[in-house]
Amino acid sequence: MTALLEIRGLKAEIDGRQILNGLDLTVNKGEIHAIMGPNGAGKSTLSYVLSGKPGYEITGGEVLFNGEDLLAMDPDERAAKGLFLAFQYPLEIPGVATLTFLRTALNAQRRKRGEEELSSPDVLKRVRELAKQLNIDPEMLKRPLNVGFSGGEKKRNETLQMALLEPKLCVLDETDSGLDIDALRIVADGVNRLRASDRGMIVITHYQRLLDYIVPDVVHVLSAGRIVKTGGKELALELEATGYAQYQNEAA
Amino acid sequence: MAAVQETIERVRGIDVDQYRYGFETLIESDKAPKGLSEETVKFISEKKNEPAWMLQWRLEAYRRWLTMQEPTWARVDYPKIDFQDLYYYAAPKPKKTVTSLDEIDPEILKTYEKLGIPLREVAMLEGVEPKVGEEDPARRKIAVDAVFDSVSVATTFKAELKKAGVIFMPISEAIREHPELVQKYLGSVVPTSDNFYATLNSAVFSDGSFVYVPPGVRCPMELSTYFRINERNTGQFERTLIIADKGAYVSYLEGCTAPQRDENQLHAAVVELVAHDDAEIKYSTVQNWYPGNSEGKGGIYNFVTKRGDCRGNNSKISWTQVETGSAITWKYPSCILRGDNSRGEFYSIAISNGFQQVDSGTKMIHLGKNTSSRIISKGIAAGKSQNTYRGLVTAHRKATGARNFTACDSLLIGDKCGAHTVPYIEAKNSSATFEHEATTSKISEDVLFYCIQRGLSQEEAVGLVVNGFVKDVLQQLPMEFAVEAQKLISISLEGSVG
Repeated sequence: MTALLEIRGLKAEIDGRQILNGLDLTVNKGEIHAIMGPNGAGKSTLSYVLSGKPGYEITGGEVLFNGEDLLAMDPDERAAKGLFLAFQYPLEIPGVATLTFLRTALNAQRRKRGEEELSSPDVLKRVRELAKQLNIDPEMLKRPLNVGFSGGEKKRNETLQMALLEPKLCVLDETDSGLDIDALRIVADGVNRLRASDRGMIVITHYQRLLDYIVPDVVHVLSAGRIVKTGGKELALELEATGYAQYQNEAA
Repeated sequence: MAAVQETIERVRGIDVDQYRYGFETLIESDKAPKGLSEETVKFISEKKNEPAWMLQWRLEAYRRWLTMQEPTWARVDYPKIDFQDLYYYAAPKPKKTVTSLDEIDPEILKTYEKLGIPLREVAMLEGVEPKVGEEDPARRKIAVDAVFDSVSVATTFKAELKKAGVIFMPISEAIREHPELVQKYLGSVVPTSDNFYATLNSAVFSDGSFVYVPPGVRCPMELSTYFRINERNTGQFERTLIIADKGAYVSYLEGCTAPQRDENQLHAAVVELVAHDDAEIKYSTVQNWYPGNSEGKGGIYNFVTKRGDCRGNNSKISWTQVETGSAITWKYPSCILRGDNSRGEFYSIAISNGFQQVDSGTKMIHLGKNTSSRIISKGIAAGKSQNTYRGLVTAHRKATGARNFTACDSLLIGDKCGAHTVPYIEAKNSSATFEHEATTSKISEDVLFYCIQRGLSQEEAVGLVVNGFVKDVLQQLPMEFAVEAQKLISISLEGSVG
């Protein structure tokens, strides 16, 4: 069986500064991997490099997504093939209703995959159903995307997009940041509902707290641009107790 | 890195010659001799079978024009125009008098077809009934008075408008058929001496639309004119005059596309609107003339004088414009708020790409008591273009209680373009309340990446963000135009990210 995502010896830099330093990671379908690590370890860089954000230079290694060369694809192609990044800080688009954004994204992906576009009423029906599950007020769908949304609303909106677009691989970048415990629970419920045997997830987080709600199959410690330790979910608890200091020294 | 490189290449590869509507129709045409003189003015007047008073009016304007200087205060730069090197009149040669659409040159009809203009009313009328003040604007009828080069070739919906008492016809016909109305109103908002280009227009105007809505009548359909410039080196000088009598309402749509050109084409239109007591005029424009090629060569010079006179109490005039074309745009649709409690509005989207230069805005002149005005301007500059908002808000000494709200937002795409805001505000009455807000922002790479990560292409992402930026203005357009305008905005910005 081909792995969903296979990262081998990935090196990347931004503005001449090396951030990823020979990173290896394999995610199979149905698995949830947590990536933990101190600030500046390269967690967000990993999510940006995978999704193809401009400005990062790949200086070594390779990434296979369903056996295909991910790094050779344009960022929108990666999205259409099923890679989804839930942003740590979702961006605001004034004047563009949330529903319009969702419909545009869904149909852009469908078009790229050679599928038929969905009509506005069909999209609305799907979105309404999913919004209900995520406790999202239908009024929010009319508001401009993320403009004036609370931290919780923004993250719920990210989860809504993820549920609608039905990606193969979800990368959640610090989804817990800016959330109180109630909001965290709602978002985590939404994410858990998306757990599926044909879908993989990478949950990037600084704190163990999120992993109480989204329970990972594998936990990795990222330090100085490399995975320095891999274990089961108990590794997260261990880190909570001891901190990252030992790994930082190790990496240095 | 790869994506950025590709974008740069794409921008380099932009060929504005791919201008979507750049095609030329091969039709014999009837031209005035090159250059401008009293003879040219007489030639035009004769061609149009005009009465003597009209010729006199033109000649006076011409003599006035000879004494005037081309204005230079706008932030636009172009080579000097040789006014003697232009043709001032061109008309498709009529084989015989046209009485129905079937008799019109199929070449001309094909041109309209390419532009997607609903000239054939049959399709439009299928099962469509107009309702007064109805909620679903997509179902509203549109009457088309098509201007092809300088002669109106077809006017539809005439019968129904006649029933309502609305006069909607080419101004050349109105001069012959309704001389009393034309003489009363022509030049009453934009006098022949107004400015260099308006005076030129007064001397040589070729054709345009005339609308008169009688007292208490709500015009039963949207009125629409499509202008096309199709004759090499022919300046086109439309003249439009719209009068809404007491308590009348009319919505007028104007849309333009032109074929591509090597040489610049001069366009100096004049539009006059008159709103009497309790009347309302809504004037919408979508302008997409040839903007020039990738080196900034060619393209239309668009020097337009548009002015509305809220002559009566409680009258209202609203301008909405979507400007995406032309090499040079010099255009300030204005409102004179003469009547008490009158209201003026200006909603504008001005997009410049390539080497386009836009200097556009509005004037709100508050004269009556308790007059109010609202200005919403959205400028989008991309490529190597320059985009200027220039506006004047003024309250006369007697304009007690004048109110204005102005919001000017500029969006920059790339780092080789410029956005400028030049507002003039004068209050000579201490009770005036004027508010002005302005913002300038750059399209954010992070926002674009967010969209692209959701599956949108770079261009789709720019289109979406820009359409969001201009939403407040798009909403002011009649539905038929809003859809067209949205598409046009995306087309205009193709390959603009770099």
